[in-house]
Amino acid sequence: MEKVYYLDNAAATRLDEQVLEVMTPLYFDRYSVATSEFGYSLGVEAKEALDDARTRLARALGANSQEFIFTSGSAESSNLALKGVAKALGAKKGKHLIVSKIEDFPVLYSARTLEKEGFTVDYLDVDGDGLVDLEKLQTLISPETILVSIQHGNQEIGTLQDIAAIGKICHDQGVLFHTDATHTFMRVPLDVTAVAVDLITVSAHTLHGPKGIGGLYVKKGTALAKIMDGGFQEFDLRGGMDNIPGAVGFAKAAELVTADENIRLAAMRDKIITMVSDQIPDVILNGHPRQRTPQNANITFHYVEGESITLHLDMYGIAVSTGSACFSRSLEASHVIAAIGGDHERAHGSIRMTVGRFNTMEEVIFVVETLKKVVENLRKISPLGKE
Amino acid sequence: MASPYNDLVLEHFKNPRNTGRIEDPDGKATEGSPACGDMVSLYLKVDPETKVIDDIKFESYGCASNIATGSIITELAKGKTIDEAKNITWQEASEALGGLPKIKAHCSVLAVEVLRSAIQNYEEKHGLVTEKVVTTEEIVRKRLKKVMNPIKGLDMVATHLVKEIDITGGVVRIIIDLPATHQFANAIKEDAVEKIESLWDIDRVIVEFTD
Repeated sequence: MEKVYYLDNAAATRLDEQVLEVMTPLYFDRYSVATSEFGYSLGVEAKEALDDARTRLARALGANSQEFIFTSGSAESSNLALKGVAKALGAKKGKHLIVSKIEDFPVLYSARTLEKEGFTVDYLDVDGDGLVDLEKLQTLISPETILVSIQHGNQEIGTLQDIAAIGKICHDQGVLFHTDATHTFMRVPLDVTAVAVDLITVSAHTLHGPKGIGGLYVKKGTALAKIMDGGFQEFDLRGGMDNIPGAVGFAKAAELVTADENIRLAAMRDKIITMVSDQIPDVILNGHPRQRTPQNANITFHYVEGESITLHLDMYGIAVSTGSACFSRSLEASHVIAAIGGDHERAHGSIRMTVGRFNTMEEVIFVVETLKKVVENLRKISPLGKE
Repeated sequence: MASPYNDLVLEHFKNPRNTGRIEDPDGKATEGSPACGDMVSLYLKVDPETKVIDDIKFESYGCASNIATGSIITELAKGKTIDEAKNITWQEASEALGGLPKIKAHCSVLAVEVLRSAIQNYEEKHGLVTEKVVTTEEIVRKRLKKVMNPIKGLDMVATHLVKEIDITGGVVRIIIDLPATHQFANAIKEDAVEKIESLWDIDRVIVEFTD
């Protein structure tokens, strides 16, 4: 295979060999279901492996092992958080939820589904950098409000929310707080003993772990009803076959992330942003200039369209993504760029580059140099930006 | 690599023909807008005697199929008379490229449209055009035929999306037979507004959905 420059690590990541190594025996040697302590030895061992993974992941969040349940990924975790709280509290407390306008689709579309079922949802505005309006949040909370769901770091523009402040506002008014930490888990510190939060969505697919495994932190005592019926797995909050290799791989993946690695990712991110700003005219950085995830750079190139950029880059083996409508399956431009006040043109010319463990500084430099050429060529044939 | 585009489309995308501007063109037009993420400008040089398109250039702000269809339309039109060029259809443009993904068929419509507009611009400048006509339902419907329904890859009139058209005092009201929450609702709405609002006697376009 030709050399690939993969800068789409927010979408999926290459598995780390060390993760595969701990998973393999669970497919070939200790492959059984997790049984109770009265079951056969193989099943007891499987149960121990699952519990051990759970404990380690819970600890990474400062939580107890009974507070972490495994799911099939972040989409399921967020579905369970929103729909599970709605189911548990809808009749008892109220039918109002608040989510931000820039949430990822699992939160956004769970909210829309709940609206169809008679709940009301407020979609909280963000400012030009992507930060939610805390004062507005305060005024939106009512006695009817059962849940606030605001992400930790944004999937497209990388902006980090002040979730400590958001959690405090929620808890002061007795409202549950869920945060989608898919793009921040292990990358940005998050400790439930320091932040008032009740539910946290996490996933292995962004951390060089396996696909199809995620988790939901559920603070002890949180009102949550199950939405997936099955056996009594996951403290009876999520029925279905235990994904033990996935769980063990997830725990390993989380442990492989170090503070040094996050510093290295941030350095590559900053290299992209400064090189592009210095060498390519007419660009805008999307997202907060400082408060952003270490892996994310998102830049709009005026006068050119994102699908054309990505297709040209692809011919060099470079993988990035764009918020352009032309690139999407629905012909809808990015809702995130729209929410930060960008017009369609800003979304159309936006390119997201997200770095990961297996990227190097040399790769990043090559990508920006290629990007410079591609943008120059496309601008030559563009009717915009000429006089 | 499994690309949604065939090799010919990719070839035109990588090496688009006839790009750039013509200084002092005989006819020119721009269709689309940065807002729809799809914009093509086209410039013509026409032989005053034979009415043959001697030179043609285009500029594109858009995706790969926008660039490729701009490129092919210039190749198809070059050397034809303006009357021949007017009759090039979007299906012909698409076929000349060996086909486009359904969701991108609107790009070939845009390319054909900009060619026709540039010819119209030439005709207007050279006193070859009839005067302004008052907008009727038929004219609106004709324009909406240029709006793609990405669900089917055909225009919104042919696919029965247009439920009602009302024209009262410079305001056009269109009812589209789709729920407002449909994934393509906004894209179709924007495109429809774009096509109608440029009519000389129309001040406002209202698009509504059935729910």
